[in-house]
Amino acid sequence: MANDDTFLLDGVAVPFNTGQTILQAAHAAGRYIPHLCWHPDYKPHGSCKLCTVKIDGRLASACTTPATPGLRVENRTPELDEQRRTLLQMLFVEGNHFCPSCEKSGQCLLQATAYELGMMGPHFDHFYPNRPVDASHPDVLLDFNRCILCSLCEQASARDGKFVFVMGGRGMRGRKVIINSATGRLADTDFSLTDHAASICPVGVILKKRVGFIVPYGQRKYDRAPVSVADTQGDEP
Amino acid sequence: MLAGMDQLEAIDWVLSRHRHDGTRLMQILRETQEALGWLAPETITRIAQGVGWPRARVEATAAFYSFFHLRPRGEYCLLWSDNIIDRMAGSRALMQRLCEALWLEPGRLSEDGLVFVHTTSDIGMGDQGPALLVNYRAATRMTAERVDAMAELIRNRVPLADWPQEWFQVEDNLRRAGPLLGEAFTPGAALAAALSRGPDAQLAEIAASNLRGRGGAGFPTARKWQACRDAPLATDQTRIVVCNADEGEPGTFKDRVLLNSHADLVFEGMTIAALTVGARQGFLYLRGEYRYLLDTLEAVLQRRRDQGLLGRGILGTPGFDFDIEIHLGAGAYVCGEESALIESLEGKPGRPRLRPPFPVTHGYLGQPTVVNNVETFACAARIAEKGAAWFAATGTPQSTGSKLVSVSGDVARPGVYEFPCGITVAEVLDAAGVRNCVQGVQVSGPSGTTLTGEELGRRLCFEDVPSAGALMVFDCTRDMFEAAHNFAHFFAHESCGFCTPCRVGTQVIARLMDKIAAGRGSQYDLQELSRLHQLLQGTAHCGLGHIAGNPVFATLTKFRPAYERRLKSLEFEPAFDLDAELSQARQMTGRDDAGAHLAET
Repeated sequence: MANDDTFLLDGVAVPFNTGQTILQAAHAAGRYIPHLCWHPDYKPHGSCKLCTVKIDGRLASACTTPATPGLRVENRTPELDEQRRTLLQMLFVEGNHFCPSCEKSGQCLLQATAYELGMMGPHFDHFYPNRPVDASHPDVLLDFNRCILCSLCEQASARDGKFVFVMGGRGMRGRKVIINSATGRLADTDFSLTDHAASICPVGVILKKRVGFIVPYGQRKYDRAPVSVADTQGDEP
Repeated sequence: MLAGMDQLEAIDWVLSRHRHDGTRLMQILRETQEALGWLAPETITRIAQGVGWPRARVEATAAFYSFFHLRPRGEYCLLWSDNIIDRMAGSRALMQRLCEALWLEPGRLSEDGLVFVHTTSDIGMGDQGPALLVNYRAATRMTAERVDAMAELIRNRVPLADWPQEWFQVEDNLRRAGPLLGEAFTPGAALAAALSRGPDAQLAEIAASNLRGRGGAGFPTARKWQACRDAPLATDQTRIVVCNADEGEPGTFKDRVLLNSHADLVFEGMTIAALTVGARQGFLYLRGEYRYLLDTLEAVLQRRRDQGLLGRGILGTPGFDFDIEIHLGAGAYVCGEESALIESLEGKPGRPRLRPPFPVTHGYLGQPTVVNNVETFACAARIAEKGAAWFAATGTPQSTGSKLVSVSGDVARPGVYEFPCGITVAEVLDAAGVRNCVQGVQVSGPSGTTLTGEELGRRLCFEDVPSAGALMVFDCTRDMFEAAHNFAHFFAHESCGFCTPCRVGTQVIARLMDKIAAGRGSQYDLQELSRLHQLLQGTAHCGLGHIAGNPVFATLTKFRPAYERRLKSLEFEPAFDLDAELSQARQMTGRDDAGAHLAET
């Protein structure tokens, strides 16, 4: 039975400290709840909805729901994983994701999560949006074809005190990362390779130039272990 | 442009008018755009410097709202209201006629940069459509003759001020008044009664009246006010009263009438709320589509200040300081959600907040904030004036008072009707004059409830069909699929894009509806629609996403033949037409013989 400072995640007790969310507590306990926009070092954003769990029978985001004693949280049920596959498929068709030619392959959280959840295909018609690539910066390439709008770059750049990336616009056609310069080019901002924001992207949008293939395909983070193992050992991408 | 100023001077003038305050960004952007026509990159840069925000944040807000333009929009920007009711009145054909007369395509600025024609979400003129916004001024009752004359005026570059003024006349069409609007109201009467009662007794009076939110959710007003009043204040904070006049739900236009002809009742209700909760600052969040009401409303506010009904020491009461400011929205349905509305008031994109905390404790700039519907404040004023017992004498025990109902579509007398809560849909339709048999009624807009002709005995009250009071009526000649198709595109357009299920899901639904409309749908697509509805309901971030699949799911359940007769077969169908895919190849090779076509599958 759950005591005062644990909740049940798929029937197994997970300890937590006051103020922790369900996802934080699970992560700290080495338990995997699928997620894309959540990162342990940043405020929960609650937008990707991959971490949707059933809490005492009600659907809620694990990343924003505070842990309270005795909660019964369903996580990896067939029903919830089916929902997650649909959300993943939506993200895949919304952007332009060509894993075989992407230099993030093998260390991409979107790809790894799709493998973890057994997503076999895109299911929906592809939207094939027209999204820009920005190679203007000497050290970093931006390929927005792969953006999943997680906002981690916005949060990281705010921590850098630079606000290089800001989420703006509305809806599927409008919502995007806005670059903090009149030209919209990364080269015209004060972005630098040492920024937190340079290393935060969970997918292949913000790519450091000239290092993309230092670790070959097949030997990368999620090639070595699936995300459910790799991301519960205190080593985020 | 402001007389004699160059562009930078005009921007700086607007900035200083708003004290370089970034939380006023919406108003700064709108006024700058009104002066300069559009928001050029250098304009955004200047405004960002002026308010001391990162440039990208200013652009993020500008890019969120449909009525802010980061590209030139020409001297004439004509946006046709695209609700199903406007369409039934012929708006699409009229827009096409206008485009042909001006030699342009919808959604593309004319080659000479003069004119832009497109659609926009419902502008709140369902009782007098087809309607459009001409440079953000509502024009009603459009006809082919008016469209032809309009094209002529545009071609001759006649300034808007010289256009026929009757085009811009907006009628109240208040067809039936009851306890709320039937009697004249003396400004100050309700406030004087509330003051003599005192805040505690006034709150008790609202509680005793059992007034519930008129925006549709029906939350008890007294409980909201109590929670705000009890919320602790930090130093330099005040409590805030916000009137939600972002009446964006298609088919709803009652607030337009309240604000046009009964603004005193609304402002007085807000002032009574301020007295009750201890607020010093108030906002009227007016939807951008109602820009034409702004000057009138400002004048009413000024008169109320002059009468001692707003400002410092209201009605001579020391310490009772409260004033109201009007914030104009800029074309974003989601801002009707109260936390998105507050984000917008703060100058940000209208994205619904994570809750808790709720606005009553952490609202505008982190301060305890009451957000109520326009009609709720009007009711509160009448309750203060005439007492809870008087108010509760109308309606049902759980839904006291009267309700304003916007009626549009296939009725003889579209307009606004005041009826006691608990009235049946059939009784409202009788009053509005149904000309033909009723096939369906959409209650409370796309986010509301779909009723069939057999369900007209349902009652408009919180215990039966809760609503913001709007009926869109479809007679038996209409196609209910077309209504659902229209609503699906509405949600796809208005989704804020924050969460995956709503951002992508509303688009997928709209595309599936397009596929079915084109005669390429299958049974499988109908199952998909139901599955997507469930996903949105369960996982979306806010109320808009939760209900975005409703109108499709409801019509699919209640009007299934409207879908099925469009299905190509009951078997699987590909998402694309193989033969149509060859059209480009045929064009390139100049062939159109039988051998260049695939046989009909």
